[in-house]
Amino acid sequence: MSAIFWVPAIVLVASAVWTVTASKPVYSVVALLLNFVALAVLFLTLSAEFLAMIQLIVYSGAILVLFLFVIALLSSGVAPLSLGPNRLPRIVAPAAICVAVALGLVLAGVATSHGIPAPPRAAYANAGSAGMPGVFGSVGDFGKALFTTYLLPFEVTALILMVAVIGTIVLAGDETPYVASRRRAEQNRKAMREAIAREGD
Amino acid sequence: MPLWLIVLIKSAILLFIVVTSFAYAMLAERKVMGWMQLRPGPNRVGPWGLMQPAADAAKLILKEDLAPRTADPLLYRLAPFVSLLTAFSVYAIIPFDVTSAGTWSIGNVNAGVLFLLAITSLGVYGISLGGWASGSKFPLLGSVRSTAQMISYELGMGLALAGVLLVAGTTSLDGIVSAQRDLWFFIPQFVAFVVYVVTAIAETNRVPFDLVEAETELVAGFHTEYSGLRFGLFFIAEYVNMLTVSCIASLLFFGGWNAPFGWTWLPGIVWFLLKVAAFMFFYIWLRATLPRFRYDRLMAFGWKVLLPIATLNVVVTAVVIALKG
Repeated sequence: MSAIFWVPAIVLVASAVWTVTASKPVYSVVALLLNFVALAVLFLTLSAEFLAMIQLIVYSGAILVLFLFVIALLSSGVAPLSLGPNRLPRIVAPAAICVAVALGLVLAGVATSHGIPAPPRAAYANAGSAGMPGVFGSVGDFGKALFTTYLLPFEVTALILMVAVIGTIVLAGDETPYVASRRRAEQNRKAMREAIAREGD
Repeated sequence: MPLWLIVLIKSAILLFIVVTSFAYAMLAERKVMGWMQLRPGPNRVGPWGLMQPAADAAKLILKEDLAPRTADPLLYRLAPFVSLLTAFSVYAIIPFDVTSAGTWSIGNVNAGVLFLLAITSLGVYGISLGGWASGSKFPLLGSVRSTAQMISYELGMGLALAGVLLVAGTTSLDGIVSAQRDLWFFIPQFVAFVVYVVTAIAETNRVPFDLVEAETELVAGFHTEYSGLRFGLFFIAEYVNMLTVSCIASLLFFGGWNAPFGWTWLPGIVWFLLKVAAFMFFYIWLRATLPRFRYDRLMAFGWKVLLPIATLNVVVTAVVIALKG
């Protein structure tokens, strides 16, 4: 284990703690961004370069930006989020202990049944030709696994996302506020023209 | 020499080159726009105004660094550096030439194009955090717009690049360039090229997609409250991003360091730099020519025109490649 593992690992844990303890929601987003970047670096050390890049593109570049978008609109003042009636703090300690025990059990189970896998050594340095199938973690390898071995879960996930998109369109309605206001203005002008025409008679 | 020392020296040289080209890209923009608008442009400092960038830098450094009382102290100071970091870190993987000595780049990444997309997708944070942390309304509006705009156009850009990846059959940048030895990709992937150019302008927030700044409506958009060196950092990041998308355009669509018509009497790096310079000129030309998009038309154009075209291009390209081989 070298610095290339320990530095991102410490950043990962520290930023995760910062995410849940931050006083302002925007700080939580920044901490989570740090967390995602550190996670991508860890993926790279495991020579999963495609996963690392997708982690950055999808989570940091798209999902977290939307978090920031919503938080920036909702808390445009910089006053810290005031604590409302919230019973969460009382169960934090027991919950944390339960989760830690559960995670420990899972890790112990994995370690005893499979043994702890050794990370591929210097996998990045001697990775084969660019993006070709057969190189662990490469784009070609990843795509092949996704569209053969894991085709069904992949398609089901795509379908679920599609349902969410259609649901959003249904909820948002087919008229944007801008189009609606243009339509109202047009109606007003029409009514005005008719009124003027009636006055003229 | 140890590897880290080589990388450090390469990075220092490249950083110097990029910052210098930023300075003269800015001067070139002011000169060219001046000539296009029948005025001389900056011509007071040094011969033909060539020392103007130095004077501008001195002015920005000496100006007072102000922060509004309502600003978030941490993020307001951090945001310009986020912009600058994402702008510069792309150059870690951009190859400039391949000679017998090897590839001229700091790092040669297999998933090069994906790395580019990943880093450019992080670029939005500098702008949106800076606008939010300023704690006043115009920067906030500018940053909210930029977030929406950059997310929308990133999709089209990713899909346009996917077409190129399909044709080249690799995600490494020097692999893509060597795949264009016979035919530059802007011919078989012309649709992708057009979509890429449009989305690249939107990603760098340049005219006609500069709604992030939009001085006629938002004062100066996300950087309204910034002054002095912190404003300068945003400024550098914008121009470095312009250089980056020009580099990507020439690498992915115009054959990088491959010479046109077999004219190999100029070294490959000169051809590459000429192509980048041509793209930068195109950018400046656009700025001097086009008016700004209206915000709703910008979004409609991104989602209802560019995205379907780019998707169709990927599907058609994939089918053609599957039928061929």
